[in-house]
Amino acid sequence: MNKEIRVGLDIGSTTLKAVALDDTGALLYEKYERHYSMITEKAAAMLRDIAATIGTGDVRFAISGSAGMGLAERLGLAFQQEVYATRQAVESVLGDVDTVIELGGEDAKILFLTNNGRKDLEVRMNGSCAGGTGAFIDQMATLLNVTPDELNDLAAHYEKLYSVASRCGVFAKSDIQPLLNQGAKKEDVAASILAAVVNQTIAGLAQGRQIAGRVVYLGGPLTFLPELRSSFDRILGLTGICPDHSLYFVARGAAELADSRVNLEELAKTLDAAVAGNDYKSCKPLFANEEEYQEFKTRHDADRVETVEDPGYSGKAYLGVDAGSTTVKAVLMREDEQILYTSYLPNGGNPVPLVKDFLETVYRKFPNMTIAGAASTGYGEDMVRSAFCFDTSLVETMAHFAAAKKFQPDVDFIIDIGGQDIKCFQIRNGVIDNIFLNEACSSGCGSFLQTFAGALGYSIADFAQRGIYADNPVDLGSRCTVFMNSSVKQAQKDGASIENISAGLSVSVVKNAIYKVIRAANGDALGKHIVVQGGTFLNDAVLRAFEQEIGRNVTRPNIAGLMGAYGAALYAKRKATGGKSTVLNVEGLAKFTHQVRNITCNGCENHCSLTINTFDGGRRFIGGNRCEKPTAKKGNAVQMSLYDYKRQLLAGYTAQPGRRGKLGIPMGLNFFELLPFFHTFFTKLGFEVIQSPVSSRSLYQLGQNTISSDTACYPAKLMHGHIQSLIDSGVETIFYPCLTYNMDEGKGTNHYNCPVVAYYPEVIRVNMPDVRKIRFLSDYLCIHDKKQFLKRIAACLHPHWPDITKRELQQAAEAAYGEYHAYLDKVHRKGEEYLRLAKEKGLPVIILAGRPYHLDPEVNHGIDQLIGELGAVVISEDAIAWKEEKFPVNVLNQWTYHTRLYAAAKFVAESHDPKLNLVQMVSFGCGLDAITTDEVRSILERGGKIYTQIKIDEITNLGAVRIRLRSLFSALNDQGGAQ
Amino acid sequence: MSGPKFTEVMKKDYTILIPDMTTIHFKFLAHIFRSYGYNVEILYNQGQEVVDEGLKYVHNDTCYPALLCIGQMMDALHSGKYDVHKTALLLSQTGGGCRASNYVCLLRKALDKAGFDFVPVLSLNFAGLDENAVPFTIPMVIKAMMAVIYGDTLMLLRNQVIPYEVEKGAADRLTEEWTARLLSNFRSTQLLSRRTLRRNLNAIAADFAKIPVRDEQRVKVGVVGEIYVKYAALGNNNLEQFLYEQGCETMVPGLYDFIMYTMQNSLEDDALYGNSKWKHFLHVQIVKFLNGIRNEMRKAAMDHGFTAPSEFSHLLDLAASVIGRGCKMGEGWLLSGEMMELAELGYANIITVQPFGCLPNHIVAKGMARTVKEKCPQANIVAIDYDPGATRVNQENRIKLMLSIARENLKQQEQEPALV
Repeated sequence: MNKEIRVGLDIGSTTLKAVALDDTGALLYEKYERHYSMITEKAAAMLRDIAATIGTGDVRFAISGSAGMGLAERLGLAFQQEVYATRQAVESVLGDVDTVIELGGEDAKILFLTNNGRKDLEVRMNGSCAGGTGAFIDQMATLLNVTPDELNDLAAHYEKLYSVASRCGVFAKSDIQPLLNQGAKKEDVAASILAAVVNQTIAGLAQGRQIAGRVVYLGGPLTFLPELRSSFDRILGLTGICPDHSLYFVARGAAELADSRVNLEELAKTLDAAVAGNDYKSCKPLFANEEEYQEFKTRHDADRVETVEDPGYSGKAYLGVDAGSTTVKAVLMREDEQILYTSYLPNGGNPVPLVKDFLETVYRKFPNMTIAGAASTGYGEDMVRSAFCFDTSLVETMAHFAAAKKFQPDVDFIIDIGGQDIKCFQIRNGVIDNIFLNEACSSGCGSFLQTFAGALGYSIADFAQRGIYADNPVDLGSRCTVFMNSSVKQAQKDGASIENISAGLSVSVVKNAIYKVIRAANGDALGKHIVVQGGTFLNDAVLRAFEQEIGRNVTRPNIAGLMGAYGAALYAKRKATGGKSTVLNVEGLAKFTHQVRNITCNGCENHCSLTINTFDGGRRFIGGNRCEKPTAKKGNAVQMSLYDYKRQLLAGYTAQPGRRGKLGIPMGLNFFELLPFFHTFFTKLGFEVIQSPVSSRSLYQLGQNTISSDTACYPAKLMHGHIQSLIDSGVETIFYPCLTYNMDEGKGTNHYNCPVVAYYPEVIRVNMPDVRKIRFLSDYLCIHDKKQFLKRIAACLHPHWPDITKRELQQAAEAAYGEYHAYLDKVHRKGEEYLRLAKEKGLPVIILAGRPYHLDPEVNHGIDQLIGELGAVVISEDAIAWKEEKFPVNVLNQWTYHTRLYAAAKFVAESHDPKLNLVQMVSFGCGLDAITTDEVRSILERGGKIYTQIKIDEITNLGAVRIRLRSLFSALNDQGGAQ
Repeated sequence: MSGPKFTEVMKKDYTILIPDMTTIHFKFLAHIFRSYGYNVEILYNQGQEVVDEGLKYVHNDTCYPALLCIGQMMDALHSGKYDVHKTALLLSQTGGGCRASNYVCLLRKALDKAGFDFVPVLSLNFAGLDENAVPFTIPMVIKAMMAVIYGDTLMLLRNQVIPYEVEKGAADRLTEEWTARLLSNFRSTQLLSRRTLRRNLNAIAADFAKIPVRDEQRVKVGVVGEIYVKYAALGNNNLEQFLYEQGCETMVPGLYDFIMYTMQNSLEDDALYGNSKWKHFLHVQIVKFLNGIRNEMRKAAMDHGFTAPSEFSHLLDLAASVIGRGCKMGEGWLLSGEMMELAELGYANIITVQPFGCLPNHIVAKGMARTVKEKCPQANIVAIDYDPGATRVNQENRIKLMLSIARENLKQQEQEPALV
């Protein structure tokens, strides 16, 4: 018999790997290269190379890999699923292994090969919502302006870690950017990014399972980035192995499993012939012909502000700096509002040197001008302002509005697509009326196009330009980057050209903005006079796609990328008092110094990581803080918050020694409201009722390895930590009942809890191994009916405490219902009191609406405090909802907590009080809020109120939230002024 | 819910559009509607336009089924095929604690947004939720139950024959034949008779048993999940066809069990939240009656050598071994119970399908997968999420992994013949 050679070809999302083995399993050939999506060509070349190297074309062959499946199907070749192939190779090469962690370009996997010492394959792959992959690391490296290898080297020298969300690129960026802008060290940020990848892998993939035993690391990122491996080692508390040939395990496994006979030369020919077809979903070309493109260009060239670099200019000048998330934009404007000089630079994580350069340059170039005003805006506005003594600063949304008015006085809609964010504002009666920012799960920003361009080997400008001439753009839909990655992958597989992919991406950026961020049903809903801006719109392809999608021509200023800075300059002019600006002059710049120090604030339990920037002359800027405490800036902070009040009330339910022993209550989800009830009930029965500790990041991590669904909401996921910490503290009984129904407040058609709140105890019961060591009471109870409650709770408790008498239960229940209503009553009365006080003092009031568990500082990330610092009284939805009678809404109104949202919205809408507004907090992954948010919005808008929604998840940085809230307050001030 | 009412007068010249879900069942149901004077039409439109219409008019974070159903309806209204002033729409509404109860409201909102505020919406529910609920008579309900049991039987038998049939297309042809035959009978009140049911089911099973099949071992896959995504090919990227092409035999637990589940929940509710003795007695009788009909299907299938769903009481026990039966939102305990049932019936390779972000399935599907595996070590479970952004490649890749393991398990079984 001939010696048979086996060949495995692994086509991943970005790379191509091949392995050939002889009949003893010895390695004859291995090769690794990036395919830049030219899969068929590169694969054919590789097959020929194999045949040439091993000296024969007749082999047994199989394809594997995420991008290999489609090709295999199309050509009718044998396919081996890549995880299965990995396991095959791991077993044959390494023998007994317990766990394999494999990260790839776009996928992350954990393979559990054993279970309690028994062979049993269980695989966890990243789902639809996936960060923590190679692409994520690449994206983050781009953000730091380094290569992934450099990122690794930086991470080796870290001193401290920041918490960075890695579920989604958008999140992570919103964590990282402010860190950079505030001057955090790149080394620390780099290490934090890698740690985030590790946490994501553990939280998202390990779910209920412990990673232990003999652990193997595979795949590109883990092979090339030793610091990523040490991160895993550190966090898992073990030492994993990264074997030789760690990139080739999939290919090797495919080779070992290969059983269909092929001839490589013939197969290569088949691949040559498999000319990319044109059978993908497509949309309309951007331009029908060259004339159409020229007409388009001419039309847009008319919207201009001229830049005249006049060295002799001797009048007043106004400086505007937009320290954005990825770029710093600066404009020096003349008295006549023409531009003298501009700058548009990537900020590389720190805007300070760039602004310094800019100032030095303009002082040199225009020696005769006088800066009469300087304003900063954008993420880094505070830092720039304090570093260079600017006169003023303004929230970026207002800066954009100011600039847009200059080009289109009747502007009623502005859409700004920048590097990391999409901002849209609707303008009604001359004030900003409605603000949309991209939230947690929306992509489609400039950096997204850039990342794709880079991945495919093009510069952004070149890449976008190619889309102009696309004849058949790929229809990629409108969702998050991770989805988009696989859509692009699919399109490549289906043979789409670069031109058509480029155009398709431009269209998807636009669709994402319109349907996902703004959620308009059609173009008319936006407005009649639309100004588009932000660097992304400088791409004609994106601009054209936008006009096509909304069916209307729009205004794109020639300085689309500089509008924030230009608006800031206009604002500086408006605010100028006539004298000289306070901005550092030439001498000031010469003495300029900047030092950064990191400390941990111990002002409160948040323990924020602060970056302290010290400038010459003792000017300081402190970043990273959640509250104003460390900055000792008194400002106009208001200390009236119902959130504080409710937290105090709940903290008052302390443990009292009792004859029946300890009973633990996990302080999450519905216990934020039912604690008074159950605490009283069990205390009366003689239990010592122990609350789990206040939520924190580390409490979350305590239970994160037992989370069974990574897309559940953060408040639910926190429950695992609460339960674990109760068990760890030695509590032997935990009470966490299933409650299909909540209390009936009579305001809706039913009084359900949401499915997650109702049944999460079931998830805890079966997914947390330690729960089996204690007494876990998760019975189905009923609290809306006292009689029935007594029956059910008796059935729940009697098996464990047969001595509890009916009378005892009755008395305890009486007390519990009494306490519950007394608690609500206190909240209601406090709400009334704060409303009254606010009115007396003329203070603005924000109804911060959510669920009772949004009280948790780890869930709301201090948004309540932030609002207080912005000078408003904070009142929770439950404190005013009771004032409304039952009323009809346009949704099925059958959840107790959600019913309160509608009532609170109605109260605000009908108050006719411009100082009373509502902000809704929405937990990422909350399915019910997809329903409530639209309804709350429409109730508010019927009353002429601005709707503001804040999405919250594990993110800890409040930068974006702050912009949103400041914009709201700015808009309210403007509205107040207009009225 | 506001919006125009569907009045008796409209029955005459209005077309009522219903999005498809389980094709066989819906054909029967449409037929019953027609026999009561409703001029209904099932929507089969699909493709990107449907998704786009959904994205346009429904909050994108809402569950995928809502997006697709409403997308289908909006697409139909915009197609020009129907006189929009003579068209009404019908959706079902369970009134449970899952957000799916809101579909009718979401549809109403979408209609208003699109300028179709004059189009009436009918709600198919038994919870008295909406003033526009379809009026039901008891015979109509019973006929509907019969329709569902016929649909389930055809689906069950077809799935067990099709991967093994010698002559390709035989099972599909027989399914169509029987569908046509039954449809021509539905008008008659005979359908209300248990004896007719028994006779028909037996005849169906006998016919399927006669189809020549090859004797071979196939990977057996069970599909559980959110009801729409589980059944509707539009919702699950044609999962059944994919599994067939991969050479699997598929078992999809029937729609009838979902009805049993909702009725059983009344019993559970009586115990948990209290009810009058009389009403409880009524609930017991209804469940008994429904179970009787279900047993006819089981018997017919088993008598002809097919695998039938478990005895309902056993399914209840299986569910209770993993999750509390008070868990009643979405597919609730039924879904967890079905995973156990499938594993026991030999369909241990289980796909749980759900729309992305499905709240109940965080609990009853993903949350219970671990404990099901502990109790049935042979269980090989994969969860697949569906939404407008998820691509087929990813979904199929994950299923293929599950199938690779399934094939390996099958090979092992063949090598070491069962000890029993």
